[in-house]
Amino acid sequence: MAIVNLQNVTYKYPLTAAPALQNINLHVNEGEFVAIVGPNGAGKSTLCYTLAGFVPHFFKGELSGTVEVAGIESHDSTLSEWVLNVGLAFQNPFNQISGAKYTVFEELAFGLENIGIAREEIRARVEEAMKLTGISDLADRSPYSLSGGQQQRVALTSILVMQPRVLVLDEPTSQMDPIGTREVFGVIRTMAERGMTVVLVEHKVEWIAQFADRLIALYEGQILLEGNPQEVLTSPVLTNKGFGISRYTAVARRAKEMGLWRKEKLPVTLEQAIEGFALTSSPPSASFRDASRSPKGRGE
Amino acid sequence: MNIEIKDLHFTYPTGLEALRGISLTIESGEQVAIVGQNGAGKTTLVKHLNGLLQPTQGQVLIGDWDTAKYSVAKLARRVGYVFQNPDEQLFSKNVGAEVAFGPRNLGFDSERVQALVKDALALTELADKTDTNPYDLSVTWRKMVAIASIISMDTDIVIFDEPTTGQDAVNIARISNVIAELRKRGKTVITITHDIDFCAENFERVIALSQGKILLDGRAEEVLGQEEILATTYVDPPQLTRLGKRLGFTKTVRNQAEFLAALEK
Repeated sequence: MAIVNLQNVTYKYPLTAAPALQNINLHVNEGEFVAIVGPNGAGKSTLCYTLAGFVPHFFKGELSGTVEVAGIESHDSTLSEWVLNVGLAFQNPFNQISGAKYTVFEELAFGLENIGIAREEIRARVEEAMKLTGISDLADRSPYSLSGGQQQRVALTSILVMQPRVLVLDEPTSQMDPIGTREVFGVIRTMAERGMTVVLVEHKVEWIAQFADRLIALYEGQILLEGNPQEVLTSPVLTNKGFGISRYTAVARRAKEMGLWRKEKLPVTLEQAIEGFALTSSPPSASFRDASRSPKGRGE
Repeated sequence: MNIEIKDLHFTYPTGLEALRGISLTIESGEQVAIVGQNGAGKTTLVKHLNGLLQPTQGQVLIGDWDTAKYSVAKLARRVGYVFQNPDEQLFSKNVGAEVAFGPRNLGFDSERVQALVKDALALTELADKTDTNPYDLSVTWRKMVAIASIISMDTDIVIFDEPTTGQDAVNIARISNVIAELRKRGKTVITITHDIDFCAENFERVIALSQGKILLDGRAEEVLGQEEILATTYVDPPQLTRLGKRLGFTKTVRNQAEFLAALEK
């Protein structure tokens, strides 16, 4: 059943001429992991704000159409009700840290204190969430003394402790090293498998193809394409519009023109690329046979 | 103008030992990428190049200047530093004024300032945004303003801290163009990056840091092929390098052209 329902949503920020979102129809099922890609200025962050209720409650402006999450309509709700169902991790973690707390532990407890959760439960939830995102060792540090990547983990954790039904993440790994990115994607996937609904904005397309159930390509405030991540990310419709594509897709597209890619579908992930190029470089080398035993990406 | 770092150690006032004996030479005109996990000491290291941090032990030379003996303002003549977050750097009412601030502050005459501003705006594709307030621009364009405001200072050494963070494909290509042009002009470019594919496509030399020490330092194709060692500092080799390896290529490939050449064999 769809927990997120956007119907004909158009939104214009105050003092701007053009709408940031135009006629968006988006339905996300409970426990689904949906990713959003698009060039800068496509409306990705605005869509996140809309899902999180900041549009229209905080940013004002003109919103038309209906935004409904967990059966409640955004217009009929207040931000303080809305946050019980939807949590947003901001693109810049610095903007999210309260500034009112001295330690990471207190920062993570802040949201729960505000909604009146009992002390012992707060402690348990914060400790569990820190363990999940791998930041237990940061508990006593000041949130401001952390690196960008660490702050991003804290920002994500501060949303996870709230246990929202819908998790909205705006480039949650932009300041992380590659291994950190992989870990965080693992955490997000786990949350989706536990039934949390995830909407994720991300430029790192190889990860999307491995982890997300569905992909939406946003362009100039509108949904340009949506569907299976591999199909969307290899579609010629995205060409020359500023969408990021994986190096695997780009090289296979070129190889296809040269007659060196023999599959119908183009790859997005490493495993998909190995599978396809192995058909070209025959007989398969010893190292390929080794490689083929490792686990495959979800995107296949 | 060479950069020489001799046995550099740095400990933060909190007691955190961020750099633990770094020695390296970067020659005039080199294009160097610095990679490594969060907390490896990348930003701490480059902050020593313009005097924002002073060694706890060891020495940093920019040409013949020992950074311990020159102020940050003086070092700004030789080393430009583009911050990771443009918002920490921008303050002027419009893009033109922002980009003119640096060279004017260095005391260049107005003709030279004008020429430098014009050049920096053209290089960063901002020429049509001269009169815009930087904060009316998207974060991608603010990044380009931050870059332009450093380029206009015409320093021999330019440092970029995570230039591709949060940028889309179009802007990453723009930033690559800027770096290629700086190379042509003989500038030394040092870039901290987690974007290892960007690193492979734009840099000849790669330094991998881990826990305040140099883990690897060498030509990009040598360093980026060391999958196991890089993994210890949380870095994956570039996508096409990994693919080539898994397909059994004997040579380390870094980019599309090298990959296709190896595939055709």
